[in-house]
Amino acid sequence: MENVITAENMRLYYGEKEALHGINLAFPKNQITALLGPSGSGKSTFLRSLNRMNDLIPDVTITGSVKFEGQDIYSPKMDVVNLRKRVGMVFQQPNPFPFSVYDNVIYGLKLEGVKDKKLLDQRVEESLKQAAVWDETKDHLKESALSFSGGQQQRICIARVLAVQPDMILMDEPTSALDPVSSSKIEDTMLELKNDYTVAIVTHNMQQAARISDYSAFFLNGDLIETEATQQMFVNPVQEQTSDFLNGKFG
Amino acid sequence: MDQIKNELTHKSKASKQDVRGRTIAFICIAVIMLVVLSILFMITSRGLSTFIQDKVPVSDFFTKTVWNPSAVDANGHYLVGALPMIVGSFSVTILAALLATPFAIATAVFMTEISPKRGQRILQPVIELLVGIPSVVYGFIGLTVVVPLTRQLFGGTGFGILSGTFVLFVMVLPTITSMYIDSLKSVPRFYREASLALGATRWQTISRVVIRASVPGLLTAIVFGMARAFGEALAVQMVIGNAALLPHNLLSPASTLTSVLTTGIGNTVMGTLPNNALWTLALILLVMSLLFNLLTRYIGRKGGLK
Ligand SMILES: Nc1ncnc2c1ncn2[C@@H]1O[C@H](COP(=O)(O)OP(=O)(O)OP(=O)(O)O)[C@@H](O)[C@H]1O
Ligand SMILES: [Mg+2]
Repeated sequence: MENVITAENMRLYYGEKEALHGINLAFPKNQITALLGPSGSGKSTFLRSLNRMNDLIPDVTITGSVKFEGQDIYSPKMDVVNLRKRVGMVFQQPNPFPFSVYDNVIYGLKLEGVKDKKLLDQRVEESLKQAAVWDETKDHLKESALSFSGGQQQRICIARVLAVQPDMILMDEPTSALDPVSSSKIEDTMLELKNDYTVAIVTHNMQQAARISDYSAFFLNGDLIETEATQQMFVNPVQEQTSDFLNGKFG
Repeated sequence: MDQIKNELTHKSKASKQDVRGRTIAFICIAVIMLVVLSILFMITSRGLSTFIQDKVPVSDFFTKTVWNPSAVDANGHYLVGALPMIVGSFSVTILAALLATPFAIATAVFMTEISPKRGQRILQPVIELLVGIPSVVYGFIGLTVVVPLTRQLFGGTGFGILSGTFVLFVMVLPTITSMYIDSLKSVPRFYREASLALGATRWQTISRVVIRASVPGLLTAIVFGMARAFGEALAVQMVIGNAALLPHNLLSPASTLTSVLTTGIGNTVMGTLPNNALWTLALILLVMSLLFNLLTRYIGRKGGLK
């Protein structure tokens, strides 16, 4: 199967401290990969290094390689701006801009210089539909995105990422700040998205991982302990640490 | 048992202190309230006596253009047309704010977004210094530098609205800048992250998200700057020419509400019309500062990040 992103022997240092100790992990196309592990195990760190959001943190060094469609994203030739257009990100806290819903969704398109009103309208509708918030927002597109509930805001943020049609979407605990109903809507959204996108999701919710992910990767203290088809890992983990974790012995 | 009951029913030392503290605070507030109310009452009553006691029509005051309170015209009407000063005050205020705003935006963005370290080290003290310089010093510099420069570059005497604008520009720039810096700093980090994660460059993030999200803060800062400019007396008085005439261009000598007040206040007798007319100018200044205040509140409420 084709992989969209492949990390090979990837190490990451915050200053002197090594936070990731040689990660080898590939993300198969059109599949959802869940990143699991206890707090502080390096899931967010790893996820952020896939679209170079770690560049924003001073003193981060990375060795090894991360390849996106065969290109090393840390090579000096890589255009970070383009990379981030193709590898989108949804954050733990819903973070819509303090603009209207419409302006939020078209933000990425505007960056690319899209001016055609018809195209913008069409993308807004498409993206909001894909993110399953169209019904709630269609009559309020000109209202501030901040006037919606947390769950709706998060789906607006997902729509905002979808509007630029990336190849891969990184989600860092996208439902942890939300109520169960909103969470399950977002889960449905993700299952829909699988047809067109490749998704990596960090989650602390094992049921969620079991419900939606195709592959799971288990992180512990900066190591990738095990990666497997989700079914396989949940039923029959290879490593003892993984089974301890899945049985709630720590984390 | 008894001891506990005793402790519960008698005021402890801490709660006595609490009561005392509250009493002192209350007295202080009452004194301040009294002072403020008396000031308001005094300005209002004196300011209105031009209209009530001296029977000057309100419309005349705001639309006539001759200011000579100690004289009357052919029909026996007092010559108290404040329009020239009102126009003067508004022109210098608005022009100074318009001129200062782009500079303030550029400086504030540079200091918070582009080069925070250098901004913090070099520009921050400069701005604080500029805020702290007494206005008479600005006026003095204006008189010795700005006025001759204006005269050479644009002609005329050099005294006028343009010079007033330049001096006020320098005076409100640090005010607007430092307030806008605070509002830029309060734009949450996650807006920037969201923007960058969508493939925006740093500059796109600044111009499309950070500045846009901080527009209410910018407006508030501008209104504050305008309030300062509107109320500034000395520095403007020193460079504007102090001719109570309707200015016909930016170079002709003019006057502002404040400059007429400061030049005239010593030469009038309490209770007479010339004195009352000055109080009316003071009343206008008061009402304007109230309006500026309401405006910042309104902006704060409308634009506050929900
Ligand atoms: N900006 C940073 N500077 C220095 N160290 C950091 C930074 N961010 C994370 N770390 C460290 O890196 C390690 C991994 O953190 P990370 O946030 O990736 O964990 P996580 O698996 O996402 O945890 P959680 O489940 O709590 O979100 C931790 O030891 C953390 O202290
Ligand atoms: Mg995390």
